[in-house]
Amino acid sequence: MSHEPIPADSAVAPMAAPKRATGRTEARARAARHRKLLVLAARVLLLAVVLAAWELMARHKVIDPFNFSMPSKIWDQIVQWTAHGTAQGSLGEQIWYTLYEALFGWIIGVTGGVALGIALGRVRFLADVLGPYIKILNALPRIVLAPIFVIWFGLGPASKVASAVVLVFFPVFFNAFQGAREVDRNLVANARILGASNRRVTLQVVVPSATSWIFTSLHVSFGFALIGAIVGEYIGATKGIGLLVSASQGTFNSAGVYAAMVVLAVVALVAEGLLTFAERRLFRWKAVDPGAGG
Amino acid sequence: MNSGTLDTTHSGTPPGRNPAIELRGASKVFRTPSGAEHTAVRDLDLTVGRGEFVAVVGPTGCGKSTTLTLVSGLEEPTEGEVLIGGDPVTGIRPEVGFVFQQDAVFPWRTVLSNVMAGPRFRGVPKAEARERALDWLGRVGLAAFADRYPHQLSGGQRKRVALAQTFVGDPSILLMDEPFSALDVQTRALMSDELLELWGGGQPGGTAASVVFVTHDLEEAIALADKVVVMTAGPATVKEVFPVRLPRPRKVESIRLEAEFVEIYREIWSSLGEEVRITRERGADRVA
Ligand SMILES: Nc1ncnc2c1ncn2[C@@H]1O[C@H](COP(=O)(O)OP(=O)(O)OP(=O)(O)O)[C@@H](O)[C@H]1O
Ligand SMILES: [Mg+2]
Repeated sequence: MSHEPIPADSAVAPMAAPKRATGRTEARARAARHRKLLVLAARVLLLAVVLAAWELMARHKVIDPFNFSMPSKIWDQIVQWTAHGTAQGSLGEQIWYTLYEALFGWIIGVTGGVALGIALGRVRFLADVLGPYIKILNALPRIVLAPIFVIWFGLGPASKVASAVVLVFFPVFFNAFQGAREVDRNLVANARILGASNRRVTLQVVVPSATSWIFTSLHVSFGFALIGAIVGEYIGATKGIGLLVSASQGTFNSAGVYAAMVVLAVVALVAEGLLTFAERRLFRWKAVDPGAGG
Repeated sequence: MNSGTLDTTHSGTPPGRNPAIELRGASKVFRTPSGAEHTAVRDLDLTVGRGEFVAVVGPTGCGKSTTLTLVSGLEEPTEGEVLIGGDPVTGIRPEVGFVFQQDAVFPWRTVLSNVMAGPRFRGVPKAEARERALDWLGRVGLAAFADRYPHQLSGGQRKRVALAQTFVGDPSILLMDEPFSALDVQTRALMSDELLELWGGGQPGGTAASVVFVTHDLEEAIALADKVVVMTAGPATVKEVFPVRLPRPRKVESIRLEAEFVEIYREIWSSLGEEVRITRERGADRVA
């Protein structure tokens, strides 16, 4: 058999753009860069103004420095923790404990949420049976479980992991469930026609199409995992950033409370950055959202 | 008029063997979200001989795609029977290929991986699947696009990926739902000729696939098919069957100019036009 192949689409070189257009492109690029700088400058300025106002008002007793502390004291506190450690050990150790608990709880919550979400999204019977119970559990204010977990699992990391899990599980579960439900029926039909078994359809069609749904929830849920760990530590722990907050509070050291919050914010931002990076790697198959970035 | 007297000069089923596809009194009723019943296909009889190329035309929304899903085993008929090679269809069969009307390539797989999907699902070793997929990508003119993702292709290119994805499985029953409607006129003519060659029907001793080809383009239907089936306005049932006795091998571009072609075109168009008019009036009623 000799089939004449259809000529492959060959990339056609764009016609040489006229000079003026190039100039305009450049001008546009310059304007974009200019704007970026302007935005950045405005941001920094805003921060500086807020911090300066805080500092001044606290120094001149417009606001109570005992309650509201002031940026310079908070900074000193962070420096002191970094240099000499906290009452519970080095600052790095506290951060590591909190991260470890949050990460552990997050992984368990995400795994459980994704597995159950996909299972319920695929198996109608399971969804019908378990649906109402999951709704009821979701309606509970789950953060009140944190003290119960401390009673059950003690002051160690286990109780914090448990608080993180219950906070992470539900948003991930609902998104995975929705993602599995909203799979393009044509893709499922195509996979079946091409010979995919039910298991293959789940793993190779439903899971990949649900990933964008799941990832949306991953961002939010890592924040929840941190909250779970911190609240657990705040209630009772031997190490962690949450303990720093409660210990500072116990000694009426408001600068310490704020400093612990700053440390926590930095940790959360770094984690968020790592997650975004992972997402970019995983979603190479997706068209780049023109609205994203910047 | 012509239904019943089937033409068997260059295709069809030799006596004693079952036809490739047979629908007997098949009906399909859908339940709409509001709970009402909607009959998409009613009491449909259709026979496709082995190696026969059947084109199906009908007004939009009449039930052509639904008919194909019944044959594919994706859906079961509410009533009646669907047989492939004499056996009732109870599920997906490996010899059936289906090119869907809507885009159905996997967006998270590269072009190559999309074409490899079928063989891989069916347990073909990776190296062999890859080789066959590359061969097919060459035939549909996408060899240079093997490592692209579908969102980086044009609509026509994506459709060609879908064609390669289906053909790589070497189906003996080929269901095609408006496969060329997203293509430009030139590619369309090329693909039609290519399809006829791949199908390989019309020659003595050929092991041609049996094809059901849904299209809105009547010229395309006549140029390709051994018989053209005209469906009624929904619910779909066979209105008339027109045998096309144009000689093979055919070239779709030149065949359009022949007198016989023009004559049969006029004949089918008057039959189809009536159903299209009914469908349109119904639509107008619903709006009113
Ligand atoms: N899953 C479904 N549930 C309810 N109704 C459906 C479903 N699928 C199709 N229908 C209805 O059945 C009828 C036939 O649909 P079908 O897709 O078979 O039409 P078609 O002939 O392929 O049309 P077109 O030429 O526009 O593709 C339509 O009226 C459609 O609304
Ligand atoms: Mg259709």
